[in-house]
Amino acid sequence: MNIFQIVAIGVMAAILAILLKNHKPEFGIYISIVAGLIIFLLVLSQLQSVIEILNQLAGRIDIEDVYLSIVLKIVAIAYIAEFGAQVCRDAGEGVIASKIEFAGKVLIMVMAVPILVSLMDLIINMVP
Amino acid sequence: MTINVDIIFKIAAIGIIVSVLNMVLNKAGREEQAMMTTLVGIVVVLMMVINLVSNLFDTVKTMFQLY
Repeated sequence: MNIFQIVAIGVMAAILAILLKNHKPEFGIYISIVAGLIIFLLVLSQLQSVIEILNQLAGRIDIEDVYLSIVLKIVAIAYIAEFGAQVCRDAGEGVIASKIEFAGKVLIMVMAVPILVSLMDLIINMVP
Repeated sequence: MTINVDIIFKIAAIGIIVSVLNMVLNKAGREEQAMMTTLVGIVVVLMMVINLVSNLFDTVKTMFQLY
């Protein structure tokens, strides 16, 4: 699925969204959500191979794979929170969008704590 | 998993039909039926969008080994 098809889908969905927005604003929002979803699902398959390469690299350098899985989880949480926030902002609800982003930041912070703890242990052990 | 792009056209078609029906019914003086058709259209499209959103969340969950 090369870039031309993706751009074509995006532009066509934008036009349809505008067409529907002035009569029925709800359908405009639906079309923008669905267009974003379709484009993301199309690109997702390439992402899978990148993640496998990352796993192989991590295996070779024998990092504990718990750190890599935490990083992947953080990337996933960041993406979903950003997707939800953009949809809400597109619908005109800035307040809800900022709350979603705040919740995403908190969740990412919670997931990142073990890495911070292990980093601190490392530093403390290094200091003689 | 084939991602069919025609769902965008389906939603656009439903939207246009509902808005045209709405106008016709309003002109015909039946405001409540117009509201009913709008609600039905929104619910139908919501079902389609919810299917796609759950599909996205499942894909991301399996992709990033989330939960």
